[in-house]
Amino acid sequence: MKSFAALFNAIDQSTKTTVKVAALADYFQTAPETDRIWTIAIFSGRRPKRAVTTTRLREWGAEVAGIPLWLFEESYPIVGDLAETIALVLPPPASDTDHGLSHWINLLRSLSDVDEDARKTEVLSAWDSLDTTQRFLFNKLLTGGFRIGISQKLMTRALARATGRGEAEMAHRLMGDWDPASTTWEQLIEAEDPTSDASRPYPFYLAYGLDAAAETLGEPEEWQAEWKWDGIRGQLILRDGAHYVWSRGEELMTHRFPELARALDFIPDGTVLDGELLVWSSDGLQSFNALQKRIGRKTVPKKLLSEAPVILYAYDLLEWQGDDIRQKPLAKRRATLCDLCDNLPSDTPVKLSPSVAFDSWEALAAIRATARDASAEGLMLKRLDSPYLTGRKKGDWWKWKLDPLTIDAVMIYAQSGHGRRANLFTDFTFAVWKGNELIPFTKAYSGLTDDEFRRITAWVKKNTRERFGPVRSVTPEHVFEIAFEGIQASPRHKSGVALRFPRMSRWRHDKPINEANSLDDLNDMLNTFG
Amino acid sequence: MSALTFTPSGIYCPAGDFYIDPWRPVPRALITHGHADHARGGMGAYLATDLAAPVMRHRLGDIPLETVSYGEVRQIGGASVSFHPAGHVPGSAQIRVEVAGEVWVASGDYKVVDDGLSTPFEPVTCHHFITESTFGLPVFRWQDQREIAAQINAWWAGCAAAGKTAFLGCYALGKAQRLLTLLDPEIGQILTHTAIENTNAVMRAQGIDLPTTVLAGPDLVPKDHPGALVLAPPSALDSAWARKFGPNETAFASGWMALRGIRRRRSGDRGFVISDHPDWSGLLEAIKATGAENIYVTHGYTDIFARYLSESGWNAQVVPTEFGGDEAEDAA
Ligand SMILES: [Zn+2]
Ligand SMILES: [Zn+2]
Repeated sequence: MKSFAALFNAIDQSTKTTVKVAALADYFQTAPETDRIWTIAIFSGRRPKRAVTTTRLREWGAEVAGIPLWLFEESYPIVGDLAETIALVLPPPASDTDHGLSHWINLLRSLSDVDEDARKTEVLSAWDSLDTTQRFLFNKLLTGGFRIGISQKLMTRALARATGRGEAEMAHRLMGDWDPASTTWEQLIEAEDPTSDASRPYPFYLAYGLDAAAETLGEPEEWQAEWKWDGIRGQLILRDGAHYVWSRGEELMTHRFPELARALDFIPDGTVLDGELLVWSSDGLQSFNALQKRIGRKTVPKKLLSEAPVILYAYDLLEWQGDDIRQKPLAKRRATLCDLCDNLPSDTPVKLSPSVAFDSWEALAAIRATARDASAEGLMLKRLDSPYLTGRKKGDWWKWKLDPLTIDAVMIYAQSGHGRRANLFTDFTFAVWKGNELIPFTKAYSGLTDDEFRRITAWVKKNTRERFGPVRSVTPEHVFEIAFEGIQASPRHKSGVALRFPRMSRWRHDKPINEANSLDDLNDMLNTFG
Repeated sequence: MSALTFTPSGIYCPAGDFYIDPWRPVPRALITHGHADHARGGMGAYLATDLAAPVMRHRLGDIPLETVSYGEVRQIGGASVSFHPAGHVPGSAQIRVEVAGEVWVASGDYKVVDDGLSTPFEPVTCHHFITESTFGLPVFRWQDQREIAAQINAWWAGCAAAGKTAFLGCYALGKAQRLLTLLDPEIGQILTHTAIENTNAVMRAQGIDLPTTVLAGPDLVPKDHPGALVLAPPSALDSAWARKFGPNETAFASGWMALRGIRRRRSGDRGFVISDHPDWSGLLEAIKATGAENIYVTHGYTDIFARYLSESGWNAQVVPTEFGGDEAEDAA
């Protein structure tokens, strides 16, 4: 695994995309083909089934390191990663081997077939023959969750360079439901007819946030505006008499949304739609809070299906009559999509996400300000003559989101971060006033600069009142502006509310704590926006 | 009354009426070493080792500073005091304080491995030992410094071959000079940032042997120094000064580089794990060697480390005050 470890180090240690692409491309040209396939699989989130529980791994790690389990458990949140914590506490290896990546993956796959004693023997002997980086990688494979900053874009660019083929083609080939154990390099990367797999989705086109005035985009008539929905981005594929629903994160969600099967009754085969999965009940579109009940559920009870039925609010058409039409301009694709949706009966689980008419940027800005009334997060701006691109590209699609809601709150608890921020205090609890009492209502752990985190860390150390395990209560002294995307009632919380995506948007050095907001202010927001 | 007590101004000796590494102005201060979180301005009188004195004068100016050599015993009031090598940076000391037969050692910052530059750490037998715990977790395990030197030199040679300047970020006092002695001058020239070169000059003047360096001042023309390595404080790595060197790679040398998360937060190209503090086994080794039963844990993962020591049979406690709010200088 040394060449894979070297690849990992090159990618992990560099901040420069060119260096990462070069290292990957080189690996794709030189490594054994089975190792290449597994590398693609791992870096795109496909991994062998977990054969050992993390509880066992912790116990074995502590045992081999000769430390009490509690000490291991205390170290883990500071390191921030289980695989890394184990790799670091283990004593140096007794031997030094160099088997390829596939060897270790096959070993992991074989662990499911043996009893726990045999698993332990295999894992311990692997640890004893690998250096720290290789151990970390081995543990990552064991525990899953290989997030190491390889974007889809980076991988497809490297594959394109290694094979001399196009990036968009590579992106398309990597999509979908292929199994690294039974897929060859030839099948995945080189064979003709990339659409041979009926379930294979197209890569999603992703928009950037608009970072300048809308006027800079040019003439309004060259643009289409749509509401930006607060749901789950999804792709609905109708091919060979079957349907498939994919999330933007390339997760196959067909069985989570069984109501979409009815689309087959009304929409012709050879159609692929891009849109937003949303709850649509008898009184129309529902807020994200309604969709939340459906998120994370692998199977859906009947009652929930009737309470919170999901539709695809379609805004783009990628394949029509079996043809990939992504290169046609948006205006053309949209016209076909409108024709299609116009003819659908009202109980079809697919509807057209309407476009928003406007004749000037000023008028559109006024419409955007009403987005919350439309249960939207803002607007999407799409250039009418744009093709459907692959991945995140600047220029043709923009998100024009509503400004977040904000509230000024007092910091009352602090907890140190992990991973990237192991030696800083980064997780904070905030409170608002209820009379003379400070009522905690949210946590937030992002939004400050590294320098601000360093300053608040130094302050927390000097102003700790009490310690509760890793959490410290601090003197109420600092006010922060908390920005968030939504608010809902939550009986589980002392404050009675829960926020969506809370983060620290500003350190209000200018505000004394008595000028922070109150619970009444929060309740007003709940009544208006909840 | 204990020989040493913990007060809001720092570690205090009532019998001798002095403080050790105080962080507020006091009449009399004994200083373990010149790092900014230990040697502060404004004290009425200072006592430190003769080896630490030049750097302290360089940093704090014309201070009322008296010096002692390692091992020399001074009587201060009812306390007899001596300074012993801590191995942390040149001149750094553990301070031994004996009052009526009770012996305390305030170890300041220390490391147990010999870096070839600082006088090596010497265990001092005592009843009460005050220890730091910067890296007091079992995940910290240092490699031999020759191994780290090989990694740094390989990286530097790679940069030089690719036509890039290698920027190595490190703290100016101690770490920089230790790295200097590890770099292979065959690869190229070693350039230094002013902050580091000033400290180098002070150490050379006191007879410490350091390799040849070139000051990368405002007049230096980078293209006259192809394949060079530049030693600079971390804050200078992302500055106009650094950018004028053109294509470059940056690395950072610190014990914190052992953690991938922190390595990535630094957002340089490389992180080398080298520290002037003890790793987990170094801490335990040092504590055992003192023979002390009472351990006071400061500066670092205090709660966890003290709990481990208590479970392992020591009478360990966390020092209640937050010493050294400013860890930036040598938390490495
Ligand atoms: Zn120090
Ligand atoms: Zn220190």
